[in-house]
Amino acid sequence: MANANTRWLEVIFWLGTLLPFVLAPNYLSLASQIAITALFALSLDLILGYAGIVSLGHAAFFGVGAYVAGLIAKHWWTEPLSGLLLAGLLAGIAGYALSHIVVRFRHLALIMLTMGFGLLLHEAANSASALTGGADGLQGFKVPGVLGFNFDMFGRTAYAYALAVLFLSFLVCRRVIHSPFGLALRGIRENATRMPAIGAPSLAHLRKAYTIAAVMAGLAGAALTHTTSTVSLETLSFGRSADVLVILILGGAGRLYGGLIGAILYMVARDQFSGVNPQYWYFWIGLLLVAVVMFLPNGVLGGLSALYKKRQ
Amino acid sequence: MLSTRNVNKKFGSLVVAEDISLALPKGVRYALIGPNGAGKTTLINLITGMLAPDSGEILLGEETITTLKPFQRVRRGLARTFQINTLFPHLTALDSVTLAVLEREGHAHNWWRALPSFSAATDEAAAILTTLNLQKTLHRETRELAYGQQRLLEIALALATRPRVLLLDEPAAGVPKGESAELFAAVEGLSSELTVLFIEHDMDVVFRFASRILVMVGGRILVEGAPRDIARDERVREVYLGAGHAA
Repeated sequence: MANANTRWLEVIFWLGTLLPFVLAPNYLSLASQIAITALFALSLDLILGYAGIVSLGHAAFFGVGAYVAGLIAKHWWTEPLSGLLLAGLLAGIAGYALSHIVVRFRHLALIMLTMGFGLLLHEAANSASALTGGADGLQGFKVPGVLGFNFDMFGRTAYAYALAVLFLSFLVCRRVIHSPFGLALRGIRENATRMPAIGAPSLAHLRKAYTIAAVMAGLAGAALTHTTSTVSLETLSFGRSADVLVILILGGAGRLYGGLIGAILYMVARDQFSGVNPQYWYFWIGLLLVAVVMFLPNGVLGGLSALYKKRQ
Repeated sequence: MLSTRNVNKKFGSLVVAEDISLALPKGVRYALIGPNGAGKTTLINLITGMLAPDSGEILLGEETITTLKPFQRVRRGLARTFQINTLFPHLTALDSVTLAVLEREGHAHNWWRALPSFSAATDEAAAILTTLNLQKTLHRETRELAYGQQRLLEIALALATRPRVLLLDEPAAGVPKGESAELFAAVEGLSSELTVLFIEHDMDVVFRFASRILVMVGGRILVEGAPRDIARDERVREVYLGAGHAA
């Protein structure tokens, strides 16, 4: 019965993602930003929520995807789907390479390590201005559209594109979570000591999860590049890594939809708060975060889930 | 089946394993006894690869496994349980054991097929749990199980790896005396092909279930023999009862 309910909620959720086309046509650019951020949060959820890898440098892969997509569009071709796949592939290769170091560490060392890699990549992109445009960002290219639909000024195509990438990535992520590999990841999160004692190559599992998450983050970065036709250094910034962590905490880590709900809450709150007070809007984000952590320690979805169980 | 040759381990100046040479034949139920701090758990950690010996050799069958990682030893048939429950608190008992079966079968890397399509693994996990009288707990989260049931789940996880040698580190630790006999009866009912080494402090249980006994003191094997011989051994009596009772 619970599964049937969940299935219906999922259908309603995804149908609801189409509502901005009808109810908020002036906010489609924001909606596409939310979809891209949600995909980025989903990728972090795979490693943090399911495998227990805390990262403060996840923007590294988002940025790799964004820059790869931007460089392809600027120097080679502007067809976005092949650029998207290549960006995901290269972000995945970067993730696989880094995973050999990252998965050997836990807790505070892991946080420092991921943050360190993120900062290194940010500064490398900053100094390689001939390639990346440095602090000015990568500009001078225009992705005209996707599958014959032009990226219009209202953001309709951009949102449809971002939503499609999010939905397809979500399906893959859901399959991963509900597979034997997903069970192994939960095993590692639950008890990393026990896993080798049941014959599990935990580090290999973690490397694979980290690589898949990097691919997804790269796809999100590439989608941002395609829908905005620009890449800024901010895609690699510590702020973006911290924001996505906040988003996941808000929504609820390890719940598949936590990153999605968190992205909606965070981006809408940011949009509204910055509208009310452009200078001090982070105050309200801070307040929101404190309130959620104090009253809903497992995020909004965790709170709703606890409420549902209580009623049962 | 399992043997060690001159295994040594020190932590600084503290000797925790000294020149340990063992040979555990197939199907034998060994008890490993000794006072606290004798090095019993350390020996299990050395055998299973959770600690690396300073010197010496560990063999499973004819194969040297001294440098293998813990998970590689498990895959070759060497399983263990832990003195303190080391389980998956938020996984159900069935999911926990299914995970161990999937790892053994090499399916745990599969991320493109849904879990329900691995029904053979789930069925086997359910059968293992049923063997240990845990059939009513299949769908309950591990953290919700009674302590004694969690101790049995420890054994179920080890059995799911289909071991040739099973090392049980105080399997009945914290379990009421009446229930510990029940737990060991379950162990006794395991395949006669399986070599079992268990650490236990309750001498009634040791003498009831072990066919051979190893006594460890100060990181060394003091004596090894049949229960009747161990009961009569003056060195063992001295260790457990003090010098005045030895004669």
